[in-house]
Amino acid sequence: MIAPLARVVVTLAVLLGGWQALVWFTGLPRYLLPSPLAVADAMQRQAPLLFQHGLTTLTEIILGLLGGVALGGLSALTLARFRAARRWLMPVLVVSQAIPVFALAPLLVLWLGYGMASKIAMAILVIYFPVTTALFDGLRRTEPGWLDLARTMGATPAATLWVIRLPAAQPAFWSGVRVAAAVAPIGAVIGEWVGSSSGLGYLMLHANARMQIDVLFAAVLVLGLFAVALYAAVDALARRALPWQPDTQPADDSA
Amino acid sequence: MDQIDRVAGASPFRSPAVPLPVAPLAVRVSSARLTYGGDVLFSDLTLTLEAGRTTCLLGPSGVGKTTLLRILAGLAEPEAPTRVETDDGLPLAGRIAYMAQQDLLLPWLSVLDNVLLGDRLRRKRVTPEQAARAAALLDRVGLAGREGDRPATLSGGQRQRVALARTLMEDKPLVLMDEPFSALDALTRLRLQETAAETLVGRTVLMVTHDPLEALRIGDRLHVMTGRPASVGPALTPPGIAPRRVDDPALLALQAELLRRLAG
Repeated sequence: MIAPLARVVVTLAVLLGGWQALVWFTGLPRYLLPSPLAVADAMQRQAPLLFQHGLTTLTEIILGLLGGVALGGLSALTLARFRAARRWLMPVLVVSQAIPVFALAPLLVLWLGYGMASKIAMAILVIYFPVTTALFDGLRRTEPGWLDLARTMGATPAATLWVIRLPAAQPAFWSGVRVAAAVAPIGAVIGEWVGSSSGLGYLMLHANARMQIDVLFAAVLVLGLFAVALYAAVDALARRALPWQPDTQPADDSA
Repeated sequence: MDQIDRVAGASPFRSPAVPLPVAPLAVRVSSARLTYGGDVLFSDLTLTLEAGRTTCLLGPSGVGKTTLLRILAGLAEPEAPTRVETDDGLPLAGRIAYMAQQDLLLPWLSVLDNVLLGDRLRRKRVTPEQAARAAALLDRVGLAGREGDRPATLSGGQRQRVALARTLMEDKPLVLMDEPFSALDALTRLRLQETAAETLVGRTVLMVTHDPLEALRIGDRLHVMTGRPASVGPALTPPGIAPRRVDDPALLALQAELLRRLAG
């Protein structure tokens, strides 16, 4: 039996070893593929720079995530509660998703400027749809027996939504938030690529132009760490919010 | 063996375990009609629920028993010219408690909060008196001390006991039960029938069931619904007071009669 942490370490060590060996044997130049050691060196040298730009991106991601989840949640509740909202807004919502959000990035930068606002808006746009559809689907798939029971108890539609349908939709909602946490960094970085003066996306473009590929790799690594940490945080929150939900994953999977 | 004895031993007559603040209600469904995809399932059907008695409705699947119950529960729209009348002339809406085959417990609420669900849904504050009444009902169905547990920690029989407590908590003049015990194993079912019969004494109850023995144990008036279009047969009234003993010879004789009517 190997501890989960040990397995992660072994996997990482093998991958890094393979990468280092590839660089050694092929002799690829540093500006095409830096070795892991060179990336580690860059991370150490440029730590203050990475920290400063990382902070910008992390702020954008978190604010985007909060805004997107709040907006998506509200939209789903409105759609579930009001028939008129479903009939008028649902088609708009679906069609709006046919437009690639990335195509809007230049427009957002034009409207909201080079600062954080346009990146947060970008992240919100990316997150909004998965959260809305996840929660709305959850709200629509309430166990019919519960709804029957609520009707015989004289519940108003609003009370049924609040007491039964919303709690019952929590698992679906949290799957949506998990997806949101995974795509939020994409929104922020795309926004930074289109036009910014700060953030990891900006740092990547900057380093790329100057052939500092080791710094580019270091920025990607920091972004990856953010994504993993964010996912873990959301997962922990979801477990706390749903203590009643049984984990149906086979037990031998988690060992 | 002790368990079997407990099940078989008829309990002495009890006054209502749960005091009845509302007078029992007599209900009559008449001229009932139901069509499904052009097929007439029943028409001009009559069913009378006597006040304070338990009426059991038996019949094969697909005969329309559950739809009849759902019409009374306000969950299905009655087809014209179906009429539902009460002996006090007031509409039935808001005066029924419903118990289904599934326990319908909300997994995120504690056992106690599940019993109090009706008040939550009607946006009424849960008073300490109400909470105490819910706890007393849980005690009555044999679940004292489990108030704070989540439904997932209970067995199927215990969950259905909570559903029974929730139904009694509603305290309505008419109790509608749709095969409430059919998902339980035989022994658990017998015990729950006992608890149900004891706690529902004095209320008007309509129970839809597939199980002739169940109907004979806890029903006061048994109707068999058969045929297409279906009709409701005359009431069969088993002697004695519910819950009746499973090994009562009179019951076994009546079971044969019921099975004959079901087959016919």
